Amino acid sequence: MKGSMHLEFAKYINVFLPAALMTLEVTAAGIGVGLILGLIFALMRLAKNPIINLPAKAYIWIIRGTPLLLQLLMLYFGMTNFLLLPPLPAAFLALGIHNGAYIAEIFRGAIQSVDRGQREAGISIGMTKWQVMRRIILPQAFKIAVPSLSNQFIIALKDSSLASSIAVPELLLKAKQLGSANFMMMEALGVAAIFYLLMTSVLTVGTNLIERRLNVSSRRTV
Amino acid sequence: MIKIEHLNKWYGKHKVLKDINLNIEPSEVLVVIGASGSGKSTLLRCINFLEKAQKGKIYIDNDVVTHKTKHLHLIRQEVGMVFQHFNLFPHKTVMGNVIEGLTQVKRIPYAEALQMGEKMLDKVGMLEKADTYPSMISGGQKQRVAIARALAMNPKIMLFDEPTSALDPELVVDVLEVMKKLANDGMTMMVVTHEMGFAREVADRVIYMDEGAIIEQGTPEQIFDHPQEERTQEFLSRIL
Repeated sequence: MKGSMHLEFAKYINVFLPAALMTLEVTAAGIGVGLILGLIFALMRLAKNPIINLPAKAYIWIIRGTPLLLQLLMLYFGMTNFLLLPPLPAAFLALGIHNGAYIAEIFRGAIQSVDRGQREAGISIGMTKWQVMRRIILPQAFKIAVPSLSNQFIIALKDSSLASSIAVPELLLKAKQLGSANFMMMEALGVAAIFYLLMTSVLTVGTNLIERRLNVSSRRTV
Repeated sequence: MIKIEHLNKWYGKHKVLKDINLNIEPSEVLVVIGASGSGKSTLLRCINFLEKAQKGKIYIDNDVVTHKTKHLHLIRQEVGMVFQHFNLFPHKTVMGNVIEGLTQVKRIPYAEALQMGEKMLDKVGMLEKADTYPSMISGGQKQRVAIARALAMNPKIMLFDEPTSALDPELVVDVLEVMKKLANDGMTMMVVTHEMGFAREVADRVIYMDEGAIIEQGTPEQIFDHPQEERTQEFLSRIL
């Protein structure tokens, strides 16, 4: 009896660990693509030229105004006429585009909250606008953005569960499959919940550490 | 060195600069006084093209410069600016602040820039603090670093926008001392300030501005001891 329970547990772990890794992979890709898109669209959004800022505004408006599940399904099923994506790349892309819109708004707010005098000081010593952005504004904006970013990362991790709807073998999908196969839905989902909690907790602690370190240095630098 | 012709500027319908004409000679120390809102800071910011004047011309070394001038950012380094609130870069050390323009704009190799930076910091008495961050030094020290940062670009003229207004009284002296030394070294300077003692002692010419116009100008003696215009007299009687 005791032996069979161990066997059960080992079987579970063999299912859950790769699934949790897949969740982390989807999350990391979503955040990575999201950070790049977020920075690009934040800078576009802040441009004075409407040819540049309007596409950014449209992107943010559409992505923030529609559900992630819909975006996932559209990218996976809706594009089959001209773009056939396997589940995993589709999930990477959809989560990246989705997070990019939110991260763009986080970056935009952070960039705008850097004191105007910083820009003027940079310009007055002869720096170009782009030099000022890269060397003076962005390093300060990143620091301001960290608390909001860490919040967005946690949302991204939990949102990765929606990739189960396009057959990405991540934590929630695997838990559901295991639960229905063994008629132990509640148990399987409970284990998934524990995995999610563990991962979000590690993420929270990690980002808190980064925040603390930045604050220590900002006590030196602000 | 700098010639300003018929400069006019509006914020919406409100006119903030009214037909300003001004000639600044090499090595001249020009002090601009006037009540807040008289347009003196705006005038300074127009000369550095931080603000756009809608009408008029600004000549730097006989060349007309406008917002449309190519390589405006390269011309700006000829005009050093010191701000009321210092505007030091908080994520860079004192030395990092001073050499930023040298390495990024003038493309001077790091080791050489460091040497120049040391010279500049020594000039303002801040060499000891080269490796500290701005948050660890006092306001007066910050302003001296800001002066060193502007000086490092080897500008033709230095503009000071109320450089001591944000400082505790006991810290004002050090900053004024540095500015006096600069003036004695022959730096061309335009200073917006409420420090009348400094104006009287250091200025070659004092300009009184009110409601966006130059009301009166002359030597410190002329302006402070024998002001001709009623508005100048009124202003001076209020502050002296």
